[in-house]
This record gives sequence, C-alpha cells and structure tokens, in this order.
Amino acid sequence: MPSWVNTFFVLPMARVGDSISFATRALVAALRPPFEFKETARQLYEIGWLSVPLIAVSGFAVGIVLSMHTRASLERFGAEALIPAALTLALVRETGPLVVGLLVSGRVGAGIGAELGAMKVTEQIDALEASAVDSFKFLVVTRMVACVVAMPILTTVMNFTGILGGWAAESAVSGLGFFSYIRAAFSIVEFTDYLPGTLKTMVFGFIIAVTASYLGINSSHGTQGVGRAATRSVVLASVLLIATNVVLVRLIFFVFPESAQ
Amino acid sequence: MSPVDQPIQLQHVSKKFGSFRVLDDVSLGVPQGEATVVLGRSGTGKSVLLKHIVGLLLPDHGRVFVQGQELTALPAAKIASVRRQIGFLFQNAALFDSMTVGDNVGFPLRRHTQLSEGSVRARAQDKLALVGLERDYNKLPAALSGGMRKRAGLARAMALDPAILLVDEPSAGLDPITSEEIDDLLVRVKHELGTTLVVVTHNIPSARRIGDALLFLHEGRVLVRGTAAELEGSEHSIVRQFMTSEAGG
Repeated sequence: MPSWVNTFFVLPMARVGDSISFATRALVAALRPPFEFKETARQLYEIGWLSVPLIAVSGFAVGIVLSMHTRASLERFGAEALIPAALTLALVRETGPLVVGLLVSGRVGAGIGAELGAMKVTEQIDALEASAVDSFKFLVVTRMVACVVAMPILTTVMNFTGILGGWAAESAVSGLGFFSYIRAAFSIVEFTDYLPGTLKTMVFGFIIAVTASYLGINSSHGTQGVGRAATRSVVLASVLLIATNVVLVRLIFFVFPESAQ
Repeated sequence: MSPVDQPIQLQHVSKKFGSFRVLDDVSLGVPQGEATVVLGRSGTGKSVLLKHIVGLLLPDHGRVFVQGQELTALPAAKIASVRRQIGFLFQNAALFDSMTVGDNVGFPLRRHTQLSEGSVRARAQDKLALVGLERDYNKLPAALSGGMRKRAGLARAMALDPAILLVDEPSAGLDPITSEEIDDLLVRVKHELGTTLVVVTHNIPSARRIGDALLFLHEGRVLVRGTAAELEGSEHSIVRQFMTSEAGG
C-alpha cells in the first residue's frame, strides 16, 4: 500500500473509528455503576460554576450588541416595539446556545485537553490505574457528565444576562422600563422556543468533553504534546459543535415544528 | 514454587515497543517477604518490568502471575482487585497535581477502605511521618522538591499496607542521608509487615542495603541473579563494572 494512502486515508479513518469507540464507551460507562458522584460534583464546580462569570459577562455583552443590531434593522420598518421579542427569540433559540458552546469549548475544552494530557505524560493516569481506580470513569465520564449537566444551566444564565444586556441597551436609547421590556420580550417567545435550543447544549457538552478527553488521554511527546492536545481540543470541539448544530437545528424543526415558525 | 512462596512470577515475558524489544523472554519469581532489586543500565526495561507486574502493560508473549492470579488472563475488574494488594512508587512519583500531599496519600484509603475521614487523615499523616513529610500534609505537589515528591509517592504507595510494594528508583533525587533513611524504611516494611518488595535502582549501596536478591537486566534479558557478592564476581564484565562503578555508588 502506498504510504500516502496510509497517511491520508487509513490513519485518519482509524482515528475516527477510535474516537467513536471512545465516545460510545463514555456513554455506556456513564450508565453503569459504580458512579463517581464526588468527582462529578467537583467537575461540575470546575466546569460549571467557574464558567458562570465568563458566561454572564459575555451574555450581557452579546445582549447589548444584539439589541443594537436589532434596533438598527427594525427601525427601518418602524417596528421598534418588536425589539425585545426579536432579541429574546434570537437569543434563546440560537445565539445563546451556540455562544455558550463556543465559550465553554474554549475555556473547558482547552482545560480538559491540557489537564488530561499533563496527567498522561506525568504518569498520573497510570498511577490511578495502579491504585485500582478505573481512570476512564474517574477522568472522562465525570467530566462528560459535568459538561452535559452544566451546559443547559450555563445557557440559561447566558439567556438571562443577554436579555438584561438587551434591556440595558434599549433602556439607554428609549428609556424603556425593565418590566415593560420583559413583558414585550415574552409576548411572543414561548417555552418551546427555549427548550430545544437549551437542551441541544447537552449534546454540545458531550462533544466538548469527549473530544477534549480523547485528545488529552492520547497526547504524547511531553509538554509539546500537552499544548497540542489543548489547542486541538478547542479547534476540533468547536468545529464539531458548529457542524453538529446544523443537524440538531434540522432535528429540532422536525420534532418541534412550531420552532420553525 | 507455589504462588504462596512466590507472589510474583513472570514466565517467558517479552515486550516490544515498535521494533524495539524491551523485554526478551524474561522469567523470574520473587519470593514472599523478600526484596528483589532490579539493576541495569538506563533503558533496559526495568520500569517496564514493574509495569507488567501491576498490569499497566501486558506482555506480547508470556504470562504474569501475581498472588497466584494470572494477570494476563484476568478481566479488567479482577485486575483491579489484584492491584489493591500492590503499592507502586513511580519513577517520577506521579502525584496527583490537583490534590494536596495528604489527599494523595489518603486517596487509596478513601477509595478502598471504609475508614472514617478522621481515620483516613490520621493514617495519611502517619505514612507521611514515616517518610519525614508530616509537616507537608496540606501542600500541593508543585510546592515540593523532587526528592520530597518521591517520598510522598512512597507514602501513597504504602498507604494500604500492601502485600507487594513495587518501587521505581527510591533514591533518585534524594540526598545520601535521606536515601539511607528510605532504604531503612523499606527494609523495616519488609521485616515488620512481611511485604514483598521489587525495587528498581541504580544506587548500588542502596541495592545492597535493601536487596535479598539482586538481578541484572541487560538488553531485555535477566543476565544474572544472585547476592551482591555473586554479582560482583559475575562472569559478565558489564555486571562487575556496574557493581563497582562510581555512578552506582
């Protein structure tokens, strides 16, 4: 077999197969006892709670920017009254979930990739195994569960601060009161707008955790490999997340036809 | 010999990484309650040998028995139960970065015993005191020197009072006095708890102090096995040279 076939087809396909098997193993292991509750709680704190400031501040800023753009567009049609609803709809359906996915991919994906990569090269993963601990469950499954649980909560935080940011921007321009803004915002938006977009971030969480864990655990070549694992975790998780989002949006439209309206 | 007499047995174990053969048809038995010291030049497969005993690596050929159970034929869950009887000090200590020194030592106790939190802390403190780190319980591994990390790793390896203790380079990074203290500790553990020891070292005085038997690994094979005096009089010049070299002493 020519070497280029091996380089460009066989090895990448083997890697894809390996990573799918890794993801499946993570899903199966998450459902099988014993469960690592304590470590999962620690990861929820690291991944979820410590991401809250980043998500809250970013959400507020995104809300302001969305408000400015929405105003600029709707003013042309004399539809300023729709600004709160249009912004909220855009935020809860797509902008919030996707921005949270990308932000967590950057913060948490890089962290998981680097941490597990460093543990690999310093034999800490071997030390876990030598201590009769299932390192896959302890390191990968706990992070995966924490990411899956944290993502919808973080998305809700972003939606909330985004709406606040939108109100702050709108209030500065038109002097609209907070409760009037909220009433206008939720005059059109329904629970079925919020639910699918928020729940799909669980899939984003799964992608981020599994991709970063896979790259971290399979890192090699010392500290250079750790750096590479961190970078690749962010890049690959972000690309997979954006690509998966296309499929998920299509799926949401199929399962919740009212979302497409 | 039976598993009771020899809790560790390797039979015709071979291991290759790529095209490089690290272990080549290695067979050995480690007698119960004795200390076997593995000597050899760097890169001759000493650490790889230890990792086979704890099941972190599986041989390409051959069989590994620990406490009478064939590791090479056991499912993962059963391997874990064998590992609970083994303490392992890694070459670079491999302390968990995210935990304090005390939590590192307490980790196996929390995982594998029903001890109360207070008892875990007390026992971890005792083990740290054995290696002279009783005042470093709350420090993170990053705040320790290389030698201190090594000692903390040894305390963690001894936390469960394992039947078998595998020690990779206990003297590396230690001053001669501390190194001697660690050697004495290992000898004490062997005598008082009946622990079976396998120690990898380059330090010949240390090997003499600890070892009931010394074996010399060369190019993946056990070149010679015997007492320190027997190795000094070995027919292999590399063994004689190693035993009398300054690096070794």
